[in-house]
Amino acid sequence: MPYDVVVCVKQVPDTANVTAEAMKEDGTVNRAALPAIFNPEDLNALEVALEIRDRWGGTVTVISMGPPKAAEVLRDSLYRGADRAILITDRRAAASDTLATSYILAQTIRTIGRYDIVLCGRQAIDGDTAQVGPQIAEKLGLPQVTYLEQLVDIVDGQARVRRNVGRGWEIVDVHLPALFTVISTANQPRPPAARRVMRFKRARIPAEIEAEVRASLGNASDEEVLDAIAKRTEELRRQGLLLEQWNLDDIHADLNRCGLPGSPTKVFRVQAIVLTKKGYTEIPPTEEGIRRLIHELVVDRTLG
Amino acid sequence: MIAPNRQGEVWVFAEQEDGSLHDVVLELCGKARQLADELGVAVGAVLPGHQVRGLASKLIAHGADRVYLVEDSRLAHFQTIPYARVLCTLIEKYRPQIVLYGATPLGRDLAPRVASAMQAGMTADCTDLQISDVVDPKTKELHPKLLLQIRPAFGGNIIATIVNYDRWPQMATVREGVMPLLPPNPSRNGEVIEEKVEIDESLLALRLIERHIEPRKVNLKSARVIVAGGGGVGSKEDFRLIYELAGVIGGAVGASRAAVDSGFIGKEHQIGQTGTTVRPALYIAAGISGAVQHRAGMEESAKIIAINTDPNAPIFSIAHYGIVGDLKKVIPMMIKALRERPK
Repeated sequence: MPYDVVVCVKQVPDTANVTAEAMKEDGTVNRAALPAIFNPEDLNALEVALEIRDRWGGTVTVISMGPPKAAEVLRDSLYRGADRAILITDRRAAASDTLATSYILAQTIRTIGRYDIVLCGRQAIDGDTAQVGPQIAEKLGLPQVTYLEQLVDIVDGQARVRRNVGRGWEIVDVHLPALFTVISTANQPRPPAARRVMRFKRARIPAEIEAEVRASLGNASDEEVLDAIAKRTEELRRQGLLLEQWNLDDIHADLNRCGLPGSPTKVFRVQAIVLTKKGYTEIPPTEEGIRRLIHELVVDRTLG
Repeated sequence: MIAPNRQGEVWVFAEQEDGSLHDVVLELCGKARQLADELGVAVGAVLPGHQVRGLASKLIAHGADRVYLVEDSRLAHFQTIPYARVLCTLIEKYRPQIVLYGATPLGRDLAPRVASAMQAGMTADCTDLQISDVVDPKTKELHPKLLLQIRPAFGGNIIATIVNYDRWPQMATVREGVMPLLPPNPSRNGEVIEEKVEIDESLLALRLIERHIEPRKVNLKSARVIVAGGGGVGSKEDFRLIYELAGVIGGAVGASRAAVDSGFIGKEHQIGQTGTTVRPALYIAAGISGAVQHRAGMEESAKIIAINTDPNAPIFSIAHYGIVGDLKKVIPMMIKALRERPK
């Protein structure tokens, strides 16, 4: 029995590799020095989806919300084997917190219509909240299993999964449709397939086509530009390389539940963590230096 | 969501497993007590489960004024949907102003589901909570005594303060080990309020087949001193130095992810974002470069000694004492100095 799977993915700044080189002189993070990457646990979620299709057949649809640049993770998903990829991009979705984001993604999944399984990475490395998966499940009225580390089996529309519970694991059965969030130990994501890279590297969303055409035509008239965009779009569509780009109207979203108006949590203040080197007492690596350090720790009662 | 209710209580979700409360719950009771005292309101603890009434006195001793007990055999094992139903039902009935959950795998599964159902705000993994008047910079409106939800973001490189003006309750998960566990006061008084919540069979979507929980072998959280080694230790054999120093000093052995991934030591010793969060009186970091993920799990330590050959290692940015040198020479010197110290 084949299963239709939707995978939610996100493009994130590579916060895991903030090294001394990515720090500015004043000790704050140089965001521009961080590459944008496929959120790591979303790759694990995609791998689970592809394994389901390998074993039982069906389809894998990848969705992402973000700026046009996030089309990069959609192409990457196609390279790895996804059947369909949709980007939800809309300025009115900017500044969405997890509640608004989960609403937009849930509306997108509703609009897709057919799904047996929804997969998300457990959390994204830029926020580490792990909230969007459970919040999508609630909005779609689906049962959720978080921290999935193995999809054991699916028999007649019932999945058996193993989830990590911190100090151990449990195996649970759940009827589909259901939502699972996947952790990094679940699998080793397959790499992009060379043949699929060749095929899909020219795939574009409409916003990218427009930007590329405008950049290449420089000072052409509006009419020429629009004409060139239409031609290029039609050409890609014929080749099966036009990626889907949806906005909030396409998913029939209630705008009061999106973006800033739909987000109960507000960032009130942000402080950079300043890495300074002034704060510590340097102890020379000598017997005398270390004896004095231990003495100091005994005197201030840190050591009993 | 509920409208702001400034007389509402401060609540803690009392996570329990097989009849014993999670440590973080008791830490949260102490924090809730402090917040509630500033707000002039009571502390409530929501305790769903089966045959868990005996836990109420512990919650009260740690700061709760009221324990909302929801006993049902169908709540014996945690399941997201019925537990979320319990929380939402009680939140709508009592309209608390704040609800806190432990940022455990269970709390992080449940809390967002409750927030979504309530269409209320939710902040994950807070490391600090404060009460303060806040002026909305957009509308200039004054919101008295809001909960400041403070958390690291962007991989731990920034600290963000999150507020929720008007879509209450104000809800947050809090990481284990970041709030101090206050000593219980067995003479505190509190009441137990029994609540009935309809748990329909249809809410029980999951069937538990098998469960395996490892006993907690390494007790990093209660250690006064932790000696932790990183990738810079170099090998499993050289990790003996870390054990030896810990033995002499009477501390526990910790490790960075690099050391665990290299197979020097088991994962149960890992400290950091994906391991345990600790706040000992003394933390000795040997051969640990100090990636943000590691720092997030230990930077609250009262004193930090960093030993590293690289003077630019980020660990020095949070250290109180820094030793630039080879740990294979420095640690034996420390062991010697400790053995010879006057008692």
